[in-house]
This record gives sequence, C-alpha cells and structure tokens, in this order.
Amino acid sequence: MSETQSNYNYKVVRQFAVMTVIWGIVGMAMGVFIAAQLVWPDLTYGIEWLSYGRLRPLHTNAVIFAFGGCALFATSYWCVQRTCHARLFCGPLAAFTFWGWQVVILLAAITLPMGMTSGKEYAELEWPIDLLITAVWVSYAVVFFGTIAKRTVSHIYVANWFFGGFILAVALLHVVNSCEIPVSLFKSYSCYAGAQDAMVQWWYGHNAVGFFLTAGFLGMMYYFVPKQAGRPVYSYRLSVVHFWALIFTYMWAGPHHLHYTALPDWTQSVGMLFSLILLAPSWGGMINGIMTLQGAWHKLRDDPILKFLITSLSFYGMSTFEGPMMAIKTVNALSHYTDWTVGHVHSGALGWVAMVSIGSIYYLLPRLFGKPEMHSVKLITVHFWVATIGVVLYIASMWIAGVMQGLMWRAVNPDGTLTYSFVEAVKGSYPFWTIRFVGGLLFLSGMLIMAYNMFKTMAGGKTEDAPVLAPAGHHA
Amino acid sequence: MSDFVNEFWNWYVIVTVLVSVIGCAVLLWVQSKANFTAGKTCGHVWDETLEEYNNPMPKWWSWLFYITVVFSLVYLVLYPGLGSFQGVFGWSSAGQHKAEVEKADAAVKPLFDKYLQMDLKAVAADKEAMEMGKRLYLTYCMQCHGSDARGSKGFPNLTDADWLYGGEPELIVETIANGRNGVMPAYGGNPEAVGGASGAKEVAHYVRSLSGLAHDSLLATKGKEKFETACAACHGPDGKGMHALGAPNLTDKVWLYGSSEAAIVETITKGRQNKMPAWKEFLGDGKVHVLSAYVFGLSAGDKQ
Repeated sequence: MSETQSNYNYKVVRQFAVMTVIWGIVGMAMGVFIAAQLVWPDLTYGIEWLSYGRLRPLHTNAVIFAFGGCALFATSYWCVQRTCHARLFCGPLAAFTFWGWQVVILLAAITLPMGMTSGKEYAELEWPIDLLITAVWVSYAVVFFGTIAKRTVSHIYVANWFFGGFILAVALLHVVNSCEIPVSLFKSYSCYAGAQDAMVQWWYGHNAVGFFLTAGFLGMMYYFVPKQAGRPVYSYRLSVVHFWALIFTYMWAGPHHLHYTALPDWTQSVGMLFSLILLAPSWGGMINGIMTLQGAWHKLRDDPILKFLITSLSFYGMSTFEGPMMAIKTVNALSHYTDWTVGHVHSGALGWVAMVSIGSIYYLLPRLFGKPEMHSVKLITVHFWVATIGVVLYIASMWIAGVMQGLMWRAVNPDGTLTYSFVEAVKGSYPFWTIRFVGGLLFLSGMLIMAYNMFKTMAGGKTEDAPVLAPAGHHA
Repeated sequence: MSDFVNEFWNWYVIVTVLVSVIGCAVLLWVQSKANFTAGKTCGHVWDETLEEYNNPMPKWWSWLFYITVVFSLVYLVLYPGLGSFQGVFGWSSAGQHKAEVEKADAAVKPLFDKYLQMDLKAVAADKEAMEMGKRLYLTYCMQCHGSDARGSKGFPNLTDADWLYGGEPELIVETIANGRNGVMPAYGGNPEAVGGASGAKEVAHYVRSLSGLAHDSLLATKGKEKFETACAACHGPDGKGMHALGAPNLTDKVWLYGSSEAAIVETITKGRQNKMPAWKEFLGDGKVHVLSAYVFGLSAGDKQ
C-alpha cells in the first residue's frame, strides 16, 4: 500500500471541508432566490427551469445533501481517524466517496431544473442517481467502519456511535424508500401505492431529519464542542441513554407528517406519541453539549467558534421542543401546511445544522492548511452575528406568517362560509415573506464572509498530513 | 372496519408498541442505576484531550422522559393506537369530522332554507344573500372561474351575457348542482367530412368569418360546406350554438379556447374536453340555490 500508515488522511477531509463552504453558498443562494420568487412572483416569468417548483427541490437537496453531506463527510472522516488513532481505512475508496458525491450533486443540479423527479420529497433524484448514491454510501460505510475496526484504542468514542448510527440508518432509509420501477432512463415509479407510499415516504422523510440532520450532526457536536471548550463531555451515561433512545424512537415518528389523512388513526397516534417521547432523548444531546461548558463559560465571550457551536445547540433544543409540540394532533391541525412548518425546519436547518457545521469547519480549516488559526478571527465573529440575526428574522417571520395562515384558513362566518379566501392569506403573508427573504440573504452573506476567510486561510498554507498519535495510556 | 388482514397483525402492533414505549422507560431506569462518580472522568482519553465525566443524568431530565412515557401509555388507553382497539373514548378522526360537519350544517341550515323557499331572482336581489353567495363563490368557484369571475382559457366568464348551457335561473341551478360535461369530438366526430388538417384550416376560416374576424374568403367558402356536414348538428346551421348540448355560439366575440386560426384548428383537429363538477351532494340544495342566484346576478346587469 502506497499511503503512509503513520499519517492521518487529511486530503479527503480537506476536499470535503472546502466543498462544504462552496455548496453551502450554492444551496443557500438557491433558497434566497426562491424566497425572492415568493415576494416577486414574476421574477423569472416564463422560464420553466427557473420556476419555483423545479428550484425548490434543488435548494433542499443542495443544502441537505451537498452542504450538510459534505460537512458530515469532512467531520466524520476527521473524527473517526483521530479518535481511533488510526489512518482512514482504504484511501482510494475514501477518494471515491468524495468524487462520487460531487457527481451526485452535479447530476442533481442538472436533472432537477430540467424537471426530472421521482416526486418524493427529499428523494427527488431519479433512479440512476439513486444507484450512484447507494454505491457512494456503501463505500462510506466501508471506510468508516473499516477505520473503527482498525482502531488502536479499545473504546469507541461517543461521536463515532452517532456517525455510525447515521451512516447505517441512512443506507436503510435510502434503499427502502427509493424502491422504484424504472420506465425509462429518466423516469421511475415508486414500488408502493397510496397510503403505504405516503407512510414509507414520511418514514424516510422524518428519519432524513432524524439521522442525516440530527444523529450525524450530534456526532459532530460530540467531537468539536469538547475539543473547542477543552472540557470533558458532561455525562457519559447521559450519552448512552440519549443515543439509544434517540435512534430507536426516531424510527417511529414519521406518521406525524400525515395527521388527519388516509393513514389509519392508530398509526397517526403511535407517530404522535413517539414524537413526544423523542423530546427527552433529543434534549439529552443539548444538555450534554451545553453542560460541557460548565466551568468554562468565560470562553464563550471571546471564542466565536464556540459561539457558533453553543448557539447551534440552543437552536437544536428549541426546535426539538417545537417538533414534538407540532406533532400533537390538535396543534398540527393549525400548523400543518402553513409557513410555521417552514420556520420550524429552518430553525433546525439554519440554527442547528448550519451553525454546528460552520463552527466545526472553522475549527478544521486552519488545522487542514497548516495555519495556527483562521485568517481573521474577527470575521468569524462578524459571520456569527450576521448569521444569528438572519436566523432570528427568518424563523420569527415564518412563525407569525404560519400562525396567521392557520387562523385565517380556519376562520368561518356565521353562515358556514370561509371568512378569508385563500388569496387573502397569501396577501397577508407578503410582508413576512419579505422579512424571510432578508433573513435568508443575511445568512447567505455570512457564508460569503466565511468563503473569503477560508480562501485567505488556504493561501500559502501547507497541506501536510499530521502523524497518527499514539493512544494515551488508560488510567482506570 | 379493521386495518388488519388478520388478528396476528393486530397483536403484532399492540405488543410492539407497548414493548417499545415501556422499553424506553426500562432503558432509562436500568442506566440510572449505574455507579456514578460525579466530577470524575470515566478514565478514557481519545485524541489527546477528549474525556467524559461520569456524572449522573439530570433528575429533571429523567422525570421529563418518564412523564412522556406515562402520558403515552394513558393516551393509548384513551385513544386509538393499539392496533384495532378504538380506545376508551371511542374517538376516530372520521367520527370527529362527521360530528363537526353535522354541527355546522345544523347551525347554518335554517339560514339557507329561508332562501331555498324564495324565488331565485328574489334571492339575487337580496343584499345579505348576495354577500353569502360571494363568499361561497370565493371558496368554491374562484379556483377555476377567477376571483373576478371573468374566467380564463377553458373556464367560462360568468359576468358576460353569453351562456354555454343557458342563463335562465333553473339552468344555472342545473349546471351547478349536477355539473356539465362539455365534449367537442375531434373533427366533430367526422374526420372524412372535414378532410384532415387542411380541411380543418378551411373550416377555421369559415368559423372566423362567422364572427367577422379576418379570414381568407376562398378558404372560408370551402369550409362552409364542410361545416354544414360535420359541425352544424351541434353548432347549428347558422353557427349560433345550442344550449341543450353546451355547444358554443360561434358568431359572437366570446372564445373559450382562443380565436386565432391556430387555436381553432387545434380545437377542430383535437377536440375539447371540459368538465364542470357537480356540487349538489357536497354543498346541498340551499347553498347551490344561493350560489346560483349569485352567478345569475353577476351577469343580470347586461342581459340582452
């Protein structure tokens, strides 16, 4: 084998880390663009591949799988090597996961605007791309678990449980939900029908949130928060309980996306109850992260990376409280189909997923390019405040718009007719859609600041791999 | 009606759900019995600095976890969740919907019954009824006919004096209550008589001539003959249409699918299918009556 076993494989981490920032900008720019279309509906009048319906899936795929995916690959590859005290297993396969994943993203960016879609939310890509995703994902699992297998420490660090759970569950979800019958190179139909199809879709959809956007990023949190804070994880036992409870209960929560539909009542109830039970296991991660700072709160004052990480945990706690509440049938009757859902998703996606990724990537970049710190620490602080104001504007406007829409839709006159026609609720939403657009624009601006800081840090940097560290002696 | 093909799956769901819910509490309880040494680490170090404290789980957090489990078990007794067991309350989403609809219907029935007794033209002159009619229109009709009721391509304008099926009150009620199926067969069902695409062009020029639009008179003359064979049965020999069949008047300025030569050729060669859904079952006679009066009133001002 030509690769030096005495060094960590930083190359693939470096590639994924840089692409995290690039795809973050692309995906969020797409989001800002479609948010602008809601304010100015004639923005791209007549051009079908720039229409909202085609670009919205591109936005979600780009931020979840391109931005979030690259962040997860980068941080999990970094974490698993360093906490296993072993070089990443099978370098060529790791390189394949990078290039394969970039091809998947490029194919998505071409086929979705062309209108090729399987019609399943967050799983829109057509069957040939689904096959490529499967190949990349299996390779990812081999590289990750191969590294775990060759570790030189006996215990597996908690971050790796979460990364491992995420990789296995996403493989299962992708394969089961993407069961489809091709009718041509660019078109396929789901293997499932009716209510079963909807149930499989939302079993997938909610677990995409639970495993891709939660378990994976909790793995990230468990490495970078204690590292950056320089403090031990608050409670080992809490991490054991909340890990098993989280990965077990998430699998049940999907039906809350299908309240008051053709799904049987018992299935809806079970989905609602497990969503409620999910509150404590979710908060376990937030507690373990935030309490890790116990005795080191002062670091929060002047460390912008820690600001990103701890703020992300606050948003995580907030959205995992909001989620179970929205899963309650009577609350859902008001919130479903409104912008409240959009606000909830972005409090998780921008506040939690993006912020924990941004903090972690800021931690990694100087170490990957042989620099003592980022080109400008001050710009990280600027990025933090711009991003935080952006998220707050975004979710506050969507909460107000969502509750307003829900109340307007259900308002009834004494004669039984609706008080407001649908278009009146649309009209009432305009100011809030404008505020949302501004919030998104701010968040995107933060990413541009990050890209500038990143390229300045990369300039003249050394791209050498660090030597594999010997495990510390166990002091039982 | 059971959601299960046999009793096995019913019990499979019941046992799996109960074991899973209770299992969460068991996991927490067993793990909370571990030996804790608060403020001390577990003794493992990864990547130079990563360690874990052996702190107990926060009490308030454990209680939060137990409370959600207990809530779930109580809920499963009261509401559907354990397979085909309906729950003590006997609640179902279909039952809740039915009860809400019945309650709402009972509340508004007297209001609409009052108007149902009145002549439709009198209802159309009643200010309060017309406000109700407008709200009904904005809820059920504007998706196709537009919020200004002026329609769009394929959806008739309701504010003009042109009626596909007739504008008499009872005909409007009939249209809304039972719906309409508008069918124009390709080539009027007689492709030989029209003579393919070139023949369709001739007919199109004749049709344009009927309403005084620019046309080639030579083509129109050839088209006239074909029109009389293939089209006149429905649209009438003079092209003035027929309400009984919903065949449009071709001599006026109203065009449901456009008046350009290309649009008319497309209509002739491919035919048109149109559907107005039936509302009687969904809305009931009272609402249909008020809605019909409102639609009648929309164009009553400029009746010929």
